[in-house]
Amino acid sequence: MAVATAPATGLQRQRMTKRERRSQLMGLLFISPWLIGFITLAFVPLIMSFYYSLTRYDLIGEPRFIGLGNYERLFTTDPDFGTVIYNTFFYVLLGVPIGTFVAFLISNLLNTDIKGRAAFRSIIYIPSIVPAVCTAMVWLFLLNTQFGAINGVLKSLEWPTIPFLSSTSLSKPTLVLIYIWAQGSAVVIYLAALQDVPRSLYEAATVDGANAWHKFWNVTVPLCTPVILFNTVLGFIGAFQEFTLPWLLTGGGPAKSTELYVMSLYRNAFVQLSMGKASAMAWILLVIIVLFTGILFSTSRRWVYYGGEK
Amino acid sequence: MTTASQTVPQPHLTTAVATPVLSKADRILSVGKYVVLLFLSFTWLFPLYWMVTTALKDDPQIRTVPPVLFPSPMYWENFVGGWQRYDFNTAAFNSIFRFALPVVILTAVSSLIVAYGFAKLRWQGRDFFFGICIATMMLPWQVTMVPLFIIFKNFGWIDTYLPLVVPSLFGHPYFIFLLRQFFLTIPEELSEAARMEGASEWGILWRILLPLTKPALAVVILFRFLWTWNDFLGPLIYLRDEGMYPLALMIYRLQQTATSMGNTAMAYPHLMAVSTIVALPVIIIFILAQRSFIEGISMTGIKG
Repeated sequence: MAVATAPATGLQRQRMTKRERRSQLMGLLFISPWLIGFITLAFVPLIMSFYYSLTRYDLIGEPRFIGLGNYERLFTTDPDFGTVIYNTFFYVLLGVPIGTFVAFLISNLLNTDIKGRAAFRSIIYIPSIVPAVCTAMVWLFLLNTQFGAINGVLKSLEWPTIPFLSSTSLSKPTLVLIYIWAQGSAVVIYLAALQDVPRSLYEAATVDGANAWHKFWNVTVPLCTPVILFNTVLGFIGAFQEFTLPWLLTGGGPAKSTELYVMSLYRNAFVQLSMGKASAMAWILLVIIVLFTGILFSTSRRWVYYGGEK
Repeated sequence: MTTASQTVPQPHLTTAVATPVLSKADRILSVGKYVVLLFLSFTWLFPLYWMVTTALKDDPQIRTVPPVLFPSPMYWENFVGGWQRYDFNTAAFNSIFRFALPVVILTAVSSLIVAYGFAKLRWQGRDFFFGICIATMMLPWQVTMVPLFIIFKNFGWIDTYLPLVVPSLFGHPYFIFLLRQFFLTIPEELSEAARMEGASEWGILWRILLPLTKPALAVVILFRFLWTWNDFLGPLIYLRDEGMYPLALMIYRLQQTATSMGNTAMAYPHLMAVSTIVALPVIIIFILAQRSFIEGISMTGIKG
């Protein structure tokens, strides 16, 4: 808020030259689009959202204050909230670590002495930028039990078909698989980090008699941990907010086995019109994400190597 | 290091004796690498290949077991047929002119202005506000989704592109961050010299810095376009009238009606055809602007 800095500038008015005052004004003027946007589109809605979370509000009447009722019901009597939390954590805790692992392995493979690196990189990357609606349609068709390509091959081998998206036990792992398929941007990020590792370190390790595994584990991995941390944090934040792909692939089914957090939030807000409950869910999500990020950062001192900052 | 001291005497022995053996192992390893890479490429590309080839099949070819890898004959008319099942022309117009273009232009201009204020001007509170700007990147947008919907509803903006476009007036934290970092690499002397000659800050930004910012600006434009073109949830929340649908929602509409009518198989070639058409611009833009994409992702860890 612009007012907040006013006292400070007021105190130093005598010491500020005309040019400095002009610079101060210019600075605030230039960032004002962001500042106005921050206040109107983030800060005020954030407060409003918290207020709504304490009310019952269906868009028709006025919001009715019910204290912590929404939160209390979500954690005690709500029939779906537990399932949704379980589904989301299943998806996030399986998808993000495996996704990180696979992406890092692929990027290491691409970083070796190979021909056509750029082409391979593009092939891995392109699926992650194709509109989710398009990829969802293809996967729906590929995994279809009746005429999908994968089950078509199984059928021709006279093997049993796999109900990827239509069985409650396979639906979540299938979503995770598609999530990993769309991790191309992580591969590009890791590859860039790998190419920043100084060659001299590998040469020094060779002189010390290190084999390929030693080099990978003692040079490559430590030097990439800052990027891995950053990318994993963003990965968790993104996965907790996943909506489009599962919404299009399963719509939350079968039997709510793929109803993820934001899908349920969307349904509560825009189908049931329970704006109060949806807001409470949004705040719980915010707390979960902040906690997760906090945990990752607080453990990071133990496994992230900040060699450059000494 | 214990491992190092243990292995130190060995290199002389092994390098001398084992060189031919190692190179043979290397060759096997290198072949193995290509096998893995080709397998990965196949896995990653197959869905896209299947999208395009399914678009060219007719109903019997879709039902054939084992699946038809190369459609023959190819039904190119599926592209027209799919496109005409709904008003995809209007949807394409909406996606480009009502949605992507205004969002991209507004985001680029506003983010440039804000980034200049954060990078090139010295003022009190700058780092504090920049910190807040960065912190908002972590804020899950679902937290503001409900209040913003209510605000925009009260403005009478439902079923218009205003809720999706107007926020771009205020810059985007990711791109403000990216452009600020880029501005910081441009020597201060340049704007200082212009200031001496009486140029305004506004003039310095647009006349002196902008031409130097092209690589970063390309990243902003590319990714903003991509996110807008691919956006599904935003339009899903705010657009109800089919005449306002962007392409992503229109594909969803096509799929929904096909499923509810129970003839999903019949609809798949058409669905795949329109999906191909909608995915194609993204793939073409990537191929044309590969370097900007890769640099953008590597620079900021931006998601595709």
